[in-house]
Amino acid sequence: MYLADSRGAPAAVEHRGRRWAAVPGTVLALGAVSLITDVSAEMVTAVLPLYLVSGLGLSPLGFGVLDGVYNGVGALVRLAGGHLADGGGGRHKAVAVAGYGLSALCKPLLLVAHTLPVIGAVLALDRTGKGLRTAPRDALISLATPPERRGRAFGVHRAMDTTGALCGPVLAFLVLGVAAEGYDAVFTVSSCVAALGVVVLVLFVPGRPARADANVSAAADVNANINAAGTAVHTTAHTAARADANVSAGAGIDADVNANINAAGTADARGSAASSTPLRVTALLRMPGVRRLAACAVLLGLTTVSDSFVYLLLQRRFEVPAQWFPLLPLGTAAAFLLLAVPAGVVADRIGRRRLFLLGHLALLGAYGLVLAAPGGPLPAVVAVLVLHGAFYAATDGVLAAAVTGLVPEAMRARGLALVGTGQALARFACSIAFGAAWTAWGDGPALAVAAAGLAISTPAAIAALRPSAGPSGDPSAGSSASPSRQRAT
Amino acid sequence: MPVPRRLTVLLAAVLLLGGLSVWAVVHAAARAESRSLPRAGEPAAGPGAVTLAAGHERRMLFRTMAWGPHRDEVVSVPADDPGAPRVSAGVRCLRFHASSGTGACLQAVHGSLGDTYRAVVLDARLRERRAFPLAGIPTRTRVSPSGRMAAWTVFVSGDSYAGTNFSTRTSILDTRTWSLQDNLETYRVVKDGRPYHAADVNLWGVTFADDGHFWVTLATGGRTWLARGDVAARTLTTVRRNVECPSLSPDGTRVAFKKRVPGLPEDAPWRLYVLDLRTMRETPVAERRSVDDQAVWLDARTLGYALPGDFGADVWTAPADGSGAPRRLLTAALAPVVVE
Repeated sequence: MYLADSRGAPAAVEHRGRRWAAVPGTVLALGAVSLITDVSAEMVTAVLPLYLVSGLGLSPLGFGVLDGVYNGVGALVRLAGGHLADGGGGRHKAVAVAGYGLSALCKPLLLVAHTLPVIGAVLALDRTGKGLRTAPRDALISLATPPERRGRAFGVHRAMDTTGALCGPVLAFLVLGVAAEGYDAVFTVSSCVAALGVVVLVLFVPGRPARADANVSAAADVNANINAAGTAVHTTAHTAARADANVSAGAGIDADVNANINAAGTADARGSAASSTPLRVTALLRMPGVRRLAACAVLLGLTTVSDSFVYLLLQRRFEVPAQWFPLLPLGTAAAFLLLAVPAGVVADRIGRRRLFLLGHLALLGAYGLVLAAPGGPLPAVVAVLVLHGAFYAATDGVLAAAVTGLVPEAMRARGLALVGTGQALARFACSIAFGAAWTAWGDGPALAVAAAGLAISTPAAIAALRPSAGPSGDPSAGSSASPSRQRAT
Repeated sequence: MPVPRRLTVLLAAVLLLGGLSVWAVVHAAARAESRSLPRAGEPAAGPGAVTLAAGHERRMLFRTMAWGPHRDEVVSVPADDPGAPRVSAGVRCLRFHASSGTGACLQAVHGSLGDTYRAVVLDARLRERRAFPLAGIPTRTRVSPSGRMAAWTVFVSGDSYAGTNFSTRTSILDTRTWSLQDNLETYRVVKDGRPYHAADVNLWGVTFADDGHFWVTLATGGRTWLARGDVAARTLTTVRRNVECPSLSPDGTRVAFKKRVPGLPEDAPWRLYVLDLRTMRETPVAERRSVDDQAVWLDARTLGYALPGDFGADVWTAPADGSGAPRRLLTAALAPVVVE
């Protein structure tokens, strides 16, 4: 009997033999929103340099100077987004709509922004929208998905997201192909696409997916299963699951979450009604699992060299032909896209935190290749990009999935925002330090130091995240154990 | 909302937004189409022979931006009659420079998945000798006085979300050996007398003194320097702060450049200056508008530079010694060079 599958609709669908259906409709809807939004965003990103140089006749140099400021603001906005989303018993959808909406409003503004400072301000506003929506969106994904399938759900979401990012530039250059110098047309189409993303979000992502969605579809599946199997056993199982979901408010699903709640103080963690004090962050950090995972994300983030440095290093240390340079980020994205879902599925099996750490080993491998094979052949470049993409596939959605296994529903968006912000700020600090190290010692030694840091941090993180490391046990081991346990039954 | 109702709303949104998108694209396509037709009141252009060879009258070559079939092509006019009909050899260039029978043309290659760019070395009759792929959007190019060396700078953009990381890539080509120094950032940098390396070093706007030496903008840490480059030694030595897009005078004694002047608006921060390399004294040029271009020396005393205009850009001129007043030299034109 499929106990785990009986918890909610998606899993129940899967054992009718459709693997993709194992991802809840809400996740697919959010994936579609991200895909559409990324098409819109990357259309702009792809033509922006051309627009500035050819369309407006501007020199965009020095444009990136404020990048650091934007990053810092973006991180704080993400915390605010998480905070707002969890407040008042769950306003995830409302905050997500605000975030996506804000970014969508920025696209038509590009039609009237003609100077670098104004364009910079519009992009900063766009980024604010992105910061605002990230945590509530990931919370919605987690709330719609049973714990043991969240790795896959986040993987599907990230794959759809990356698909949009890859399609955006293609669409933008199709428009420019039809209408030479039609940057206004690109921005108009981008605005329309962004608006469509918001429409899909409003229409197809339920406001309270956790229970409402599960109940409705679970009920539907009960019927389906009765029809399919005709056994009373399934019916019982599903009814029980429904009751469980209703009563436990999701927290009871994961034993470890209970442990965390107990550790943090039951009233504190469950207080979904009066949950709008900043003290929630401390409450989150008092949960040992969350604290350890956040610490590891920050520690590893401190040794994660930013993408632009990676491409710069590849350009300098390998003989990458000039015309290939713009393709380097596409290589990472393609590997991320292809590996995101498999990585999510593997994460559900072997444990998210284990895969998160394995992902950093892939990154270490990429660093090693860059260090070991300067001026190396092109296959080495491809290998670095595949490892880099594998790193993202094994860490990006997987970390979110791991966080959701530790944080109770009432604080889900806050927990996601906290860990995400910690990681982003750590990576930003790494960028600054890496730039300084490059200035002081040159690119090779700087990367060697980062690699050494990663080589030390990864085992430290492995030790910190070992199942036996804390009183609360290992949640990801818990969630990974459950499917296999059920498979055995 | 029931599912059929939601689907209806979605369909309506798709139709509305799709319709708006199609309208925008069709509108822009029609506008692009109309730009391929010549218009009354614009500088006229027609096909003809263009040469870089010596022994002809003094003439000015530039990229014409007037609408019509010759838009973006390199055209030639007599230097003393810049308003004359423009003669085009049918070579399209985004940026162009020439000296002693060698032309450097940075052009776009339209592909289905976006434009790619290449640098083309042209012979005296503007025929392609050799082409090199470029890593980004062309911004500057120069040929050395002898015609042997060529240099170019392109913008390379990052790929991050709403990517705002722009960097430059500057290359130097020896057209005799066809050896290409693909990235000048691999040169050893000596800044303020000390060896210097940093990830954020950017170089742009080469101007050649001779075949082995040049001047260039070096930027790092949000500041810019005038740097002297040595091709054989592969070194860059900074000599002065706050200098961008240097342009060496024909006698090699002065550098025209754009300078970031404090107190100017952030979207128009530059003024055109001339630096005397012997006295290191700066003289402001009479142009009071912000100039975002690498100026050219039209003769030993006169500068030419582009400013935004109705067709994208116009070429203006002003005396290099700070006297006089700016004057519009060419309408709908960019990247001028005088050939004798």
